[in-house]
Amino acid sequence: MNATIGQQQTSSGVHPLKFVLWLMIISIIMMFAAFTSAYIVRKEEGNWLDFDLPDSLLINTGLLVLSSVFMQMAYFSARKDNIKQLKAYLVLTLVLGTAFLIGQWEAWGTLVDRKIFFGGVDANPSGSFLYVLTGVHGFHLITGLIFILIVLISSFQFKIHSKKLLRIELCTIYWHFLGGLWVYLYLFLTLNH
Amino acid sequence: MASTDISLHKDVHHDHDAHDEHDHHDQHFIFKYIFSQDHKVIAKQFLITGIIWAFIGGALSSIFRLQLGWPQATMEWLEPVLGKWIEGGKLSPDFYLGLVTMHGTIMVFFVLTAGLSGTFSNFLIPLQIGARDMASGFLNMLSYWFFFLSSIVLFFSMFLETGPASAGWTIYPPLSALPQAMPGSGAGMTMWIVAMALFIVSQLLGGINYITTIINLRTKGMSMTKLPLTIWAFLLTAILGVLSFPVLLSAVLLLIFDRSFGTSFYLSEIYVAGEALANVGGSPILFQHLFWFLGHPEVYIVILPGFGIVSEIIATNARKPIFGYRAMIGSLLGISLLSFVVWAHHMFVSGMNPFLGSVFMFLTLIIAVPSAVKVFNWIATLWRGNIVFTVPMLFSIGFVSLFISGGLTGIILGNSALDIQVHNTYFVVAHFHLVMGSSAFFGMFAGVYHWYPKMFGRMMDEKLGYVHFWLTFIGVYMVFMPMHYVGIAGFPRRYYSWTSFDLFSSFANINMYISLAAIIAWLAQFIFLFNFVYSMFRGRKATANPWRSNTLEWTTPVNPGHGNWPGPIPAVYRWPYDYSKPGAEDDFIPQNVPFSQTQSSNLPHDKE
Repeated sequence: MNATIGQQQTSSGVHPLKFVLWLMIISIIMMFAAFTSAYIVRKEEGNWLDFDLPDSLLINTGLLVLSSVFMQMAYFSARKDNIKQLKAYLVLTLVLGTAFLIGQWEAWGTLVDRKIFFGGVDANPSGSFLYVLTGVHGFHLITGLIFILIVLISSFQFKIHSKKLLRIELCTIYWHFLGGLWVYLYLFLTLNH
Repeated sequence: MASTDISLHKDVHHDHDAHDEHDHHDQHFIFKYIFSQDHKVIAKQFLITGIIWAFIGGALSSIFRLQLGWPQATMEWLEPVLGKWIEGGKLSPDFYLGLVTMHGTIMVFFVLTAGLSGTFSNFLIPLQIGARDMASGFLNMLSYWFFFLSSIVLFFSMFLETGPASAGWTIYPPLSALPQAMPGSGAGMTMWIVAMALFIVSQLLGGINYITTIINLRTKGMSMTKLPLTIWAFLLTAILGVLSFPVLLSAVLLLIFDRSFGTSFYLSEIYVAGEALANVGGSPILFQHLFWFLGHPEVYIVILPGFGIVSEIIATNARKPIFGYRAMIGSLLGISLLSFVVWAHHMFVSGMNPFLGSVFMFLTLIIAVPSAVKVFNWIATLWRGNIVFTVPMLFSIGFVSLFISGGLTGIILGNSALDIQVHNTYFVVAHFHLVMGSSAFFGMFAGVYHWYPKMFGRMMDEKLGYVHFWLTFIGVYMVFMPMHYVGIAGFPRRYYSWTSFDLFSSFANINMYISLAAIIAWLAQFIFLFNFVYSMFRGRKATANPWRSNTLEWTTPVNPGHGNWPGPIPAVYRWPYDYSKPGAEDDFIPQNVPFSQTQSSNLPHDKE
């Protein structure tokens, strides 16, 4: 019975969980598509406060892109069964990801100092949108960090190696997606300011 | 490639070994029936929750129909149920708005989205594509329990002192964004939003699972063009859900910020309750755009499963192959695609640019084409068929009838110029209740009657089924046909009272008639409820394939266990619509019968 319960092969050749991840990514893309198109529609209607983006966002973007590079290196190390390097790269990714989040928090601080508020009497939707975009992205980034942490823990338990790559593969895809999403958001905000 | 396949194979195997030790041997009651990961049990959970919601939703509409039909009557006799919502023998106007809002929300989301897709996608996808279960039983279980939580929150919101959300199921700001706007905009609206957020999570988990299962876990030989049309419909329904529900989540998130964090996404220059608000620069139209970007695909999420179920049942009971199988798939694809580019036809009179209105009108009217293709194919399938008038068949034919009647008025409403007269009137109410409300319900009833033997191993009572069908079918037309006339006259929807307008006093009788019909139609549903529950225990025992149908679910035992097939999964050799094939011994050839066994009926191109 045990043998028959398991599906032997998938009709698309892709592991179902990877497929699930891609669909989740699509639904997250739809969320941000809604936000950014709302942003454009709202901007066209006027009464839109223009302000400069905090410079630190560029540094944060650099950090996140670098973390994506390390994530990829971690994946390569896992494929080569180089467990020591795998752990090191994963820790680096985790640290850079956290640094990005702290950087975003600092950027919010800069915005508040410049009297760009999320809500309240002085708030303009242009500022509110910036907080929403960074905030919702930040929330997803936290889920990504948790995922990396899980992968890191399993790498310490020797559960990730060249014969067992699924988990780190999924994590890599998700992390690259979050990085790509941020680069898109950053370019979008820069171009629409 | 070979090496990846092997490791994949091992992985899946390993997971299931662990899973089985935990789950399979003598499951505890709680894991077998409550926190079950078996798709068949989850389907029944969705179905039963959906039925409960449908009766609540129907009861709410009966109450506001009482108000509309007999505006002068006193409703003291309802006081034991409604308590302080009856003020001096009259229904409270605030609660009336809560009733229509809750009726819409419950019916659209909780019954016809979760109850319909949740039930039939869960039940039929693994059985019809030849899979042991869903891709992830765990996510599937989560999907139901998020729905359950969402149901609890929405249910309790009806018992708040300030009443449930009352801004209509479309929750347009500013009504929904300002807690001080009306009693229902306070805690009731907050709970509505919480319920909807949980609901969206449930739908995404479910939808992602359905798509993954259909794409990845089809049995040997089951190519996409051998899939039953039900599965195509469920696949596209799930895709629409995965693409559109996140947008609703975004819209609702911005609404939450407007409500509780003082942002102004949707609010601008408002003077309410003697006080000018600080909000500037928001746009309520923005919300409508975001909402209807979900809202329009949502109506197809409601109706597509019905398309699939009805196609399957009509072909089975007409004992004929479905007419235009590929055209059916093509029209499903066309409708799904178009559903994303027509949302602004809900906003013709919102102050949108009229040129934009013309574009959306054009796109909207194109939907008539694939819809007509479907209707034509259903009728062509029935044409000269050996029709077996089973109860599910009657409901399927009823579905086609209602879909045509309701669809025709869609052509009128889709015109941005005609919409100036009929927008927000009972004409709209009549249109969507026929084309998506009643039709989807008929699809659901057809599905329940048809797959009941596979769900519970017993048949539902036929005579009660016929009575249920005719009362519902006649009832639905009696309710919604007159509504068209009232609507053309300009009678606005969602109004608590219209007695102060002389213009409308001549409609008193017609409103009474509609109300009477609505209540009779609702009461008729108790026949179904009785039949549903009674047959579970006392129904005639079903055979493995009571409708002599071709699809794979009928090759399982009468009561399929965990894993669906006791032996290996059957392979598939042919499409699911080989009914009355010339030269065949029987008038049906199941999908798992190879061509080598049917030499007498094979056509020149029938090769394996």
